[in-house]
Amino acid sequence: MASSLAALLVLADGRFPAGGHAHSGGAEAACAAGRIHDAATLAEFCRGRLHTAGLVAAGLAAAAALGLDPAELDAAADARTPSPALRTAGRRLGRQLMRAARATWPAPELDALAAAFPRGAHQPVVLGLTARAAGLGPLDAAHVAAYESVGGPATATVRLLGLDPFEASGVLARLAPELDAVAAEAAAAARRARTEGTEALPAASSPLLEIAAEIHADWPVRLFAS
Amino acid sequence: MTSAPPATPVPAGVRATARIRATADGRGGTALPLLTGEGPLALRRTRGEGAEAGVMLVGAMSAPLGGDHLAVEADVGAGARLALATAAATLALPGRGGAPARYDVRLTLEGDAALRWLPEPLVSVRGSDLRVRTRAELAPGARLLLREEQVLGRAGEPGGLLRSRLTVTRAGRPLLDQELACGPGAPAGWDGPAGLAGHRSLGQLLVVDPAFEKAPAAAAVLGEFAAVTPLAGPAVLVTALAPDALRLRELLDAARRTYGW
Repeated sequence: MASSLAALLVLADGRFPAGGHAHSGGAEAACAAGRIHDAATLAEFCRGRLHTAGLVAAGLAAAAALGLDPAELDAAADARTPSPALRTAGRRLGRQLMRAARATWPAPELDALAAAFPRGAHQPVVLGLTARAAGLGPLDAAHVAAYESVGGPATATVRLLGLDPFEASGVLARLAPELDAVAAEAAAAARRARTEGTEALPAASSPLLEIAAEIHADWPVRLFAS
Repeated sequence: MTSAPPATPVPAGVRATARIRATADGRGGTALPLLTGEGPLALRRTRGEGAEAGVMLVGAMSAPLGGDHLAVEADVGAGARLALATAAATLALPGRGGAPARYDVRLTLEGDAALRWLPEPLVSVRGSDLRVRTRAELAPGARLLLREEQVLGRAGEPGGLLRSRLTVTRAGRPLLDQELACGPGAPAGWDGPAGLAGHRSLGQLLVVDPAFEKAPAAAAVLGEFAAVTPLAGPAVLVTALAPDALRLRELLDAARRTYGW
């Protein structure tokens, strides 16, 4: 079944009211530590995040879009997220996306997931089910997750450093081939997970993103929730 | 002539497995009914502490080289206590054929078994390509203390390609699943601001203990490059980046005194 390109645009739009704008994807901590200070370091940050947290989120989203058991995927997300600050952020984002998704694309599967996880399931799992409810496929869901993994930090860096928005968009545009490759890898892993279980899903990790998320959560005042 | 020319023989790597089985001996101690090494993996029984049996993995050759496939399999039965260590750092070395080396560790903990797996660092030498797969399967009552230390390159040398995945399940459910990829050939960004950010040593200390169900460990930050993170289960993971192996060990030793045994 061909999926709707327009539905994909609605879901991936930064204006879709899912609360993502409140999260920097680790960029706020990296800017404060001086690890992101210009477009070049933003690009390197996005690249590192894409191939770790982005790939993992894309795999989970693709698997949920394929119809794998969301509870098992949520447990797989927990195991891939050692940082409690990131698990909390992931569930909060999942809950917010769920609210927007049920209003936009009502579906019994979304209702069932919301009932099973009243405090929120991990965002990529909700994203995958939302894609499914919108008539999109696993590769679409993986694309949205991969794009969100770098779009969030790029937008946040514009606000945090006053980086030229044209430069930030340029960073994202140049990452496009890598985004496509990560989405394809994630969708392929999701298909394997159908027979091999969730262990077939990517588990790429970045120790520094986990550590920095814990440091960031300790700040008394911050612009972004994570 | 239609027959294909004889294939160039590819130098076969070493395949070796070390197997350990620890069981409760019925007298409050731990017996080792199975203790077999192979090739570069030799096993020595060491003095244990109290009910705990000790086993040292002695590298009889510098391995693994590219193409080698080494494995360690340890089963710890209900009531048994085992401490498993290595005598020296493991060096991942380049092979002649260009094939990656593999190092698989499989740990199985039954009932209320307790295992300490505390190997010396893994040093990824320039030009090497190693895939490490560590799996630990725990029964709900089991306790595990696991340390991993990775050092990219010997002194003053860039590291090789290292891919290391650690999967821990408890009562059949995933507890921790992480894959690290670093070095030349790893996905882009591995050494950047969302990667290792120039650090050359990294490590983890994992403590799984049912006691954390009643008294979970609190999250804590240990300086700019290390953190204590309680997992979504009765376990705590300490993750650290460090400029060198010595400082990494200091950090993980301090964490072990706090959370481990």
